[in-house]
Amino acid sequence: MDALLQFIFSGVTVGAVYALVALGFTIIYNASDVVNFAQGEFVMLGGMITVFAHQAGLPLALAAVLAIIVTAAIGVALNKLAIEPARGAPVVSVIIITIGASILIRGATQLIFDKQLHRFPAFSGDDPIRVMGATILPQSLWVTGGALVVFAGLWLFFTRTLTGKAVLATANNRIAAQLVGINTGAIMTLSFGLSAAIGALAGVLITPITLVSYDVGVALALKGFAAAMLGGMGNPKGALVGGLMLGLLEALTAGYLSSQYKDAVAFIVILAVLFVMPQGIFGKSSTERV
Amino acid sequence: MLTVEGLRSRYGRIEVLHGIDLEVKSGEIVTVVGANGAGKTTLLKCLSGTQPVSDGRIVFRGESLNSVPAHRRLAHGLAQSPEGRQIFTNLTVEENLRLGAYLHSDERVDRDMTEAFALFPILREKRNLAAGGLSGGQQQMLAIARALMGRPSCLLLDEPSMGLAPLLVAQIFEVVTELKNRDVTVLLVEQNAYGALRIADRGYVMETGHIIISGPAAELIADPRIREAYLGL
Ligand SMILES: Nc1ncnc2c1ncn2[C@@H]1O[C@H](COP(=O)(O)OP(=O)(O)OP(=O)(O)O)[C@@H](O)[C@H]1O
Ligand SMILES: [Mg+2]
Repeated sequence: MDALLQFIFSGVTVGAVYALVALGFTIIYNASDVVNFAQGEFVMLGGMITVFAHQAGLPLALAAVLAIIVTAAIGVALNKLAIEPARGAPVVSVIIITIGASILIRGATQLIFDKQLHRFPAFSGDDPIRVMGATILPQSLWVTGGALVVFAGLWLFFTRTLTGKAVLATANNRIAAQLVGINTGAIMTLSFGLSAAIGALAGVLITPITLVSYDVGVALALKGFAAAMLGGMGNPKGALVGGLMLGLLEALTAGYLSSQYKDAVAFIVILAVLFVMPQGIFGKSSTERV
Repeated sequence: MLTVEGLRSRYGRIEVLHGIDLEVKSGEIVTVVGANGAGKTTLLKCLSGTQPVSDGRIVFRGESLNSVPAHRRLAHGLAQSPEGRQIFTNLTVEENLRLGAYLHSDERVDRDMTEAFALFPILREKRNLAAGGLSGGQQQMLAIARALMGRPSCLLLDEPSMGLAPLLVAQIFEVVTELKNRDVTVLLVEQNAYGALRIADRGYVMETGHIIISGPAAELIADPRIREAYLGL
């Protein structure tokens, strides 16, 4: 029982990160129909830039804010320089462009920073909190709390603000959105910036637990993608549920089978979703998209 | 109000509009009728900026629209209710209407929505439902109402009668006529030539990318060539 609770704690923590990565996939997919495989690099950049800004003398909080802003700018640049010019190209070509971008970002990070593993201090110390026989790190609470705040904030943005509705409208029908006066290009910019910022925030939150190096983005992109597929690509609620489910599945697999199999879970989830329910848990039928 | 000169447009290498000249004066209802594939929708898409123009000029209230991107044309006063309705299916009826007034955030938005509901009472009943669940006729009403929320001075309507039962068609055409009292000029594209010419002031007949006949609507209805080819009379 204690062991199960322990697995659930660790599953929810990584699951929250997967959920944030999946949310990044979702936002960009909705705005542009692009599956952005550079999404994992945003997480990596969030961690790496914070590490080096902190080492350079900035207070941790300021370093984190800087990392999120710089990463958001990189997300916007990705859209302007690589995605927008390819407007009208087949979806597969655009996906390959995002994979190319992720290789470029990884290479540049390795050159500008280094290839070492890094961490910075946890926000509230490293003393585990005991809960019913299991323990949880204070940083895990930061991760899950941070994810919840992001999801709640985004929910408010989409349901309560006209700009949020404009994003939904653009996702639903780009031409019609233009006809009511929405600058869909600006919505794309906003979406890429927002996705990158959310990814960077995930990197800032998780780095004290999992550490960061230039190459952690690849696995995160894969897992975030699996989570987004599981929940239903394009659905924020699906990103949250898919992320948490994948995190729990991984933790339980690692705990009860072997940690060797942990990384296979994401692949199995992707395959299972493709075969059994291509729309995912909350997916809408593809005919609904225009 | 709207002048089109020598308008040409193409899909890839295939030109489908071969130099269209057309004029809409303030306060008029003007209709463009023509058979399937004549290029009516392409013409309206050029006017709303969602289809590239390869040659010719579009002048609206004295300003050239040629280089104005689609999302800025509504701010100039030009709204479109597109072919196939193109409502936001995943959003509610009310959200669709609110987005129609995306450019506005004053008190008039609420008043305009009340007016839209007065024009199409069924939309008030369904205001909180997903627009994708509406019937075809209701979606058409929503598309028109959404376009009106943008406070256009000129409304482009693409086949509002398409696929609707005769009673609904009559209702939609009645609303179009009523727009005159609201100072909204209308350019109405229709395959339903008889219905459109009956409510229009002037009409253009389009065939394979050319305007072949134009004139006052009453004259076109009386024209034997049109009676035979388009009105089935
Ligand atoms: N997206 C497209 N790509 C290529 N050709 C197109 C496209 N849309 C329309 N066409 C062609 O352009 C011509 C004009 O089409 P358009 O839709 O403008 O006609 P229409 O008068 O609106 O017809 P309808 O009454 O059926 O709506 C047709 O020959 C059509 O096949
Ligand atoms: Mg048409």
